[in-house]
Amino acid sequence: MKKYHIPEYIAISDNGFLFLPSTGETFTLNQIGKEIFKMIQAGEDEERIFEHITSEYDVDNSIIEKDFSDFILQLKSYSLVKFI
Amino acid sequence: MKIAITGLNATDNPGPGVPVIRSILHSEEFKGEIIGLIYDSLEPGIYMKDIADKCYLIPYPSSGLDSLFSRIVHIHEKEQIDLIIPTLDSELFGFIKIKDKLEAIGIKTFVPTFDQLNFRAKDKLFDFCSQHNIKVPKNILINSMQDMYTIPQNFSYPVVVKGIFYDAYIVNNFEEAMTAFHKMRAKWGYPIIVQEFVKGTEFNVVALGDGTGNTVGAVSMRKLYITDKGKGWAGITIDDPNLLEISYKLIKELKWKSGMELEYMKSADSGEYYLLEINPRFPAWVYLAPEAGQNLPYALVKLAFNQHVENFKNFKTGIIFVRSSWDLITDISKFEEIAVKGEFVL
Repeated sequence: MKKYHIPEYIAISDNGFLFLPSTGETFTLNQIGKEIFKMIQAGEDEERIFEHITSEYDVDNSIIEKDFSDFILQLKSYSLVKFI
Repeated sequence: MKIAITGLNATDNPGPGVPVIRSILHSEEFKGEIIGLIYDSLEPGIYMKDIADKCYLIPYPSSGLDSLFSRIVHIHEKEQIDLIIPTLDSELFGFIKIKDKLEAIGIKTFVPTFDQLNFRAKDKLFDFCSQHNIKVPKNILINSMQDMYTIPQNFSYPVVVKGIFYDAYIVNNFEEAMTAFHKMRAKWGYPIIVQEFVKGTEFNVVALGDGTGNTVGAVSMRKLYITDKGKGWAGITIDDPNLLEISYKLIKELKWKSGMELEYMKSADSGEYYLLEINPRFPAWVYLAPEAGQNLPYALVKLAFNQHVENFKNFKTGIIFVRSSWDLITDISKFEEIAVKGEFVL
């Protein structure tokens, strides 16, 4: 299962507010985005993240996979995550 | 201690005088008075509470250095000024020129040398940076209309057309370039600079050099909001070691003495920093520096008095400034005071 890495210098607040100190850029994540981001930060792999989402939210696996993939690509485009 | 400071024009194109004063007053060590040196009786800083203790009108640089010096002598007789901090580009040349005369009557300064001022001039910056392996957008100097026809041989559009002192236009074709050329020629004269356009994000650094090549401190910032005049109206401190490394290198090579602002563009294509400009004085956003942990203006005061200053090691990231507009109300008698007597106490 795929794992991702979030650089240590990226901080996220309890409100889901992200700050990238190297560029001054800020981002706001919604509730589910924040949960996923924190799980990635904690070193969880895709399988664990999918398990968490299906247990908490009423959603099909196929939709989770697609949305998760889009979310990761978006994070990557802003240099907020790296593939391991 | 009495410190005289210029640039109280806190307008929509603000001079750095007010934030430099705020920074000095921010220091708990500072015990003294601030004298504002002003060019116009409507400079907003005059009417701000707890900024300058007194203000004096001084003549514009175009009036000549003799009249500037004799006015300062007159003010000095009344105030016994210890230090003058000029904060505007346009007056710096004059203050460097009368530096020794000021020193002789007991007024200190902490300004760059003529050579340093020349190396960072827009028409010299490209050569200086190329010599020292610092990335800078390619540029050519335009000294006649004929030179404009060399643009296609050197660049592909868009390009930036810049005045020798101020103003810059991004142009997308030859017609637009000629329009910008005519505006610049009429306003600032030759040379006009045509520069490669680097697409990316702008970053700025405020720094202080002690004149030996050592950087006393440097704080980097990204503009969050830019006005239609291109002025930063909000910004945030950021931490990128590459940006600071280039800035330290520049100060080392220039042996820069005084405050400065470095303007960079981070290329969207390569991620590399290109140096766009060096401003030879603190920027109008300098008050962000003491709030982030580096009181660079007060460090300049100490350096001017030959006091030991420890280099600043770091600063807080994520500190934001947001500029505001604020109407100051005063009575006509106050305005009269400055307009008639050339002196003012709030």
